[in-house]
Amino acid sequence: MMDYQFNTADLFFALPELFMIAAIALILLLDLFVSERFQNLTYYLTQSTLAITGYFAFNLIGESAVIFDGTYVLDTIGSYFKVFMMVFSIVALVYSRHYLRAHNLLKGEYFILSLLSVLGMMVMVSAHSMLTIYLGLEIMSLSLYTLIAIARDRAVAVEAALKYFVLGAIASGLLLYGMSMIYGITGSLDIGQIAAFATGANLNSEQVLILNFGLVFLVIGIAFKFGAVPFHMWVPDVYQGAPTSVTMFLSTVPKFAATAMLVRLLIDGLGGLQAYWADLFIILAILSIGLGSLVALMQTNIKRLLAYSTISHIGFILLGFITGVVEGYGAATFYVLAYVLMSLTAFGIIIALNKQGFEADQIVDFRGLSKHSPWFALLMLFVMLSMAGVPPFIGFYSKLFILQQVVSAGYIYLAVAAVVFAVISAYYYLQIIKTMYFDDAEKEITVTAPLDMRIILSINGALILVLGLMPSYWMELAISLF
Amino acid sequence: MLENYLPIIVFIFLGIAFGVGLTLVGYLLGPSKPDEEKNSQFECGFPAFEDSRMHFNVRYYLVAILFILFDLEVAFFIPWAVVQSKLGWFGFIGMSVFLLLLVVGFIFEWKKGALEWE
Repeated sequence: MMDYQFNTADLFFALPELFMIAAIALILLLDLFVSERFQNLTYYLTQSTLAITGYFAFNLIGESAVIFDGTYVLDTIGSYFKVFMMVFSIVALVYSRHYLRAHNLLKGEYFILSLLSVLGMMVMVSAHSMLTIYLGLEIMSLSLYTLIAIARDRAVAVEAALKYFVLGAIASGLLLYGMSMIYGITGSLDIGQIAAFATGANLNSEQVLILNFGLVFLVIGIAFKFGAVPFHMWVPDVYQGAPTSVTMFLSTVPKFAATAMLVRLLIDGLGGLQAYWADLFIILAILSIGLGSLVALMQTNIKRLLAYSTISHIGFILLGFITGVVEGYGAATFYVLAYVLMSLTAFGIIIALNKQGFEADQIVDFRGLSKHSPWFALLMLFVMLSMAGVPPFIGFYSKLFILQQVVSAGYIYLAVAAVVFAVISAYYYLQIIKTMYFDDAEKEITVTAPLDMRIILSINGALILVLGLMPSYWMELAISLF
Repeated sequence: MLENYLPIIVFIFLGIAFGVGLTLVGYLLGPSKPDEEKNSQFECGFPAFEDSRMHFNVRYYLVAILFILFDLEVAFFIPWAVVQSKLGWFGFIGMSVFLLLLVVGFIFEWKKGALEWE
């Protein structure tokens, strides 16, 4: 008989999540009963929910507690991740609204599903038990599958949703299998107790073997969710097939959740086996950077190109975790932050050009953008140079911090390979700049985004430069999280 | 090591004896009036052998999905009801929240017309 004593004070530490679930239920009902005239209501309520949840999470920064019988944890990294997720979700939804309007997809369900997936991510970020991690993962994934299929009359979107669903289910299965192995040998689902077991000095070789066996499946599950090679097959198809606003959401905010899952399972839980999982990560990272850089060279669809570019960025993020030191983990987290900023801006600019019947998802659609809209062409130039790793943009510093840590951990060959592939990938980033600045437009392209989106997009793009000029505060913050 | 499996062997034999026994009793004691309908295979209301690409109404899936949701709800309720006297207010409020969230979902599906056949 388990003697769990419920403590009302625990609820205070889970305030962001509790507020969000209550708000979701309320918005769902309001969206049903409020007439068409107030169809903006759902959107504004969703944005306020995200803002208030972010505020609650912000207020909890610095608190730390393990609550709900050890299944849930509140700590600095969790609170910061939640705040970041809320901010980027708000930005993503501002951009999404323009896209949804342009393509007649503006429905209340879109915002409610977005909120639900953010809720799942928050649960993942704060999970302190393998069950809670899995619960959060499924809340997030199921909402994302549905979000992709929201454009249900588009064959590519339905194909993307189905593919993501099937591969996501396989990944969840592998992850669960790994968890069951770990549970079998450690006898606990609790991350703290797993850590105590895995760092124990008197493990015999059989126990280490079974731990490693489970570990391999955990790493596969995490690699699937990140989209690292060789578990990347879903990424290009889903990025291309999903409605652009969903692609943008999918490529940004869940990366925080995936990072948190990695931190909880592999660093907090199986940190004692760091040497083992780092070996696996070396393969994943180098394949991701290589394949992401090479295959992207041949793409003509910009969403697909960004998908391969994501894969190579994921490779860099994984490189940071190979080092096994706090500075390396911090560099990887900083890279996630930089990547999300860049990716949001890139997809934001694609969406800004969208209008009825025009997706702007081919590279040729960007021809002559500099003449029609010099400001947005300049922002796209920022993003592309930053992704290519050109100073003084944030993308340069994020790569630099990772490579510094990789070199000081003694993996010089990894750093050399990463730099070589980064140089190759610069080709296709520069190609887009060339298309915007030196090719002539066949047809008029106009920026159709409303004012609120233009302002936020401009700030977002400018941050790529501003944070690139003063990255040290954020880098120190990222390191202090571990 | 092997003697650990003895209960399993006993169980297998018991299972076979039970199945064969009941079939035999039915065969020996029951009335036997076969006709064509009784002798044809039966599976969930459909003929057992036909083209696998048969069409059927997509509404079946919706009903099936909604059924599974509320069926699972019951599956959660029964073990809860058994130990509710030990759980006290914590268990009661926890389950009420769970039920409340399901009711919100139920209102949603009702209002959206998912329960209307036409």
